[in-house]
Amino acid sequence: MSADDRESRSAPSAMYTAFLRRVRIRRRLILVCQALALLAFVLVWEIAPRAHWVNPMLTSYPSAIWPAFVEMIGAEDNNILFHTWITLVETVVGFAISMVMGVAIAMALWWWEFLYRVVDPFMVVANALPKIALVPIFYIWLGDEASIYAMAVAIALFITILMVYSGFRESDPNKIKLIRTFGASKAQILRKVVLPGNVPVMIAALKINVGLALVGVIVGEFQAAKAGLGHLIIYGSQIFAMNLVMTAITILAVISTVMYLIILYVENRVMQHRQ
Amino acid sequence: MAQADGTTPKVELRDIHLRYFTLEGETEAVRGLSLRVRPGEFVGIVGQSGCGKSTLLSLIAGILEPTAGEVLVDGRPVRGPSPVCGYMLQQDYLFEWRSILQNVLIGPEIQGLEMARARDRALELLRRYGLGEFTEHYPHQLSGGMRQRAALARTLCTEPDILLLDEPFSALDFQTRLALADEVGEILRREGKTVILVTHDISEAVSMADRVVVMSKRPGFVKAEHEIRFADAGAGRPTPFEARNKPEFRDYFNQIWGELEIHVGG
Ligand SMILES: Nc1ncnc2c1ncn2[C@@H]1O[C@H](COP(=O)(O)OP(=O)(O)OP(=O)(O)O)[C@@H](O)[C@H]1O
Ligand SMILES: [Mg+2]
Repeated sequence: MSADDRESRSAPSAMYTAFLRRVRIRRRLILVCQALALLAFVLVWEIAPRAHWVNPMLTSYPSAIWPAFVEMIGAEDNNILFHTWITLVETVVGFAISMVMGVAIAMALWWWEFLYRVVDPFMVVANALPKIALVPIFYIWLGDEASIYAMAVAIALFITILMVYSGFRESDPNKIKLIRTFGASKAQILRKVVLPGNVPVMIAALKINVGLALVGVIVGEFQAAKAGLGHLIIYGSQIFAMNLVMTAITILAVISTVMYLIILYVENRVMQHRQ
Repeated sequence: MAQADGTTPKVELRDIHLRYFTLEGETEAVRGLSLRVRPGEFVGIVGQSGCGKSTLLSLIAGILEPTAGEVLVDGRPVRGPSPVCGYMLQQDYLFEWRSILQNVLIGPEIQGLEMARARDRALELLRRYGLGEFTEHYPHQLSGGMRQRAALARTLCTEPDILLLDEPFSALDFQTRLALADEVGEILRREGKTVILVTHDISEAVSMADRVVVMSKRPGFVKAEHEIRFADAGAGRPTPFEARNKPEFRDYFNQIWGELEIHVGG
């Protein structure tokens, strides 16, 4: 930080204060608009079925969701907290496995470039293959629990490997040259340049992965599960209990939001010093 | 391998050849280059772009192997990077995820030196180069000149005898460049380092070096050498800034300019 920076901080000019205020106002305005959009959505959802613009049997409405939710917290079977917990655990575990395996495999491919050349086409195909098609097979092979994790990993893993590996490969050759001049070994190049230099790439993979793992878990639950929000959604739609379905979907939206906020926080912490 | 004056050269290149191989074809970068550098000598190397100057430094640093010929440091053949050589690249390449102090400590970390001692030395170097207040800052918070000084501290932190400088000032604006060249020249001379400075800039080479080596066009070899002497310099050497105002400066400059055969647009 130059001396000028510090000066402007100790005695901000009137124009600078005005500039800061404009930035703050703009930021608040964006938040307000987002809140309004959400509110408008909920209102339309509430009013449309009540005014019989749409059949309430098909959409349920927000004011019905809260009572349904409260009721299901107390319930013996179909306890919503239990189902939410199951889905959450499956997602976090599936996500963690994909991330760790993805980075580990990317490291192996970076280490043995020859191996990468060999497996590259297979991975591209595996990544492009619609994994949903595998749901029934996973169910038959792995049973009702493991097939859900397998689905989450299948959806998230390949894209992680491809993303992280391409980040590794594009590591700044000059930074590698620099530590080679100090006599760095290959393991040191990996530890000191390739891995830390690719933290932004790994964060980007993280962002994509939480979403993908959740998709994998829900799709897996559609087919296989005895519990979880995906199971609840299928069950609810079969007995035409839209309250149940909409409650489960709302909880999924909340889960996505929370995970997004957690990653945002991690990103801000980690990326503090990078440009 | 003894020289006329009986001492072993600090760095010696014997009839070096180097070709780069890529799928697009092969490039002969260096052809039959021989060079000797005395201990404590400051050698400037000038040559056209692409003539093999960076290649030459990489060979001495041991991160490239010659196709033919031998590179000797302290009379022993070079087999890979060694702590004896410090290599300062064309740009600073500071790691943006490390603080300035951590950046300077990368060399000792990799070489497994004792970190407490290295830390003291790093802090001392940073303080000496006017970065004492910035040790905990991150690279993007520093100006170009400050970053380059941090890179110099990083190179010197492992206490190399030989410094290989690859256009270390080329990313800087003209004034910072002159000031830093002066500073760095003084620092290295005072510490008695052997220095090989590669540059595009003839005046930089003439003002800083004891000897200027002119390389031919690619494939590179030594085309001419000039011992740089200033008549009324007294005991020591003039600083780079003073050197630029000496009458001999122009003569050296013009002569080397002629040898470089730089043709605009050709
Ligand atoms: N890794 C490489 N693979 C293939 N060719 C290379 C490689 N590095 C350099 N060369 C070629 O070798 C020749 C010499 O390169 P070098 O980098 O040593 O030149 P230089 O004198 O340092 O140039 P400049 O002054 O522009 O930095 C150039 O023609 C370049 O194209
Ligand atoms: Mg070069």
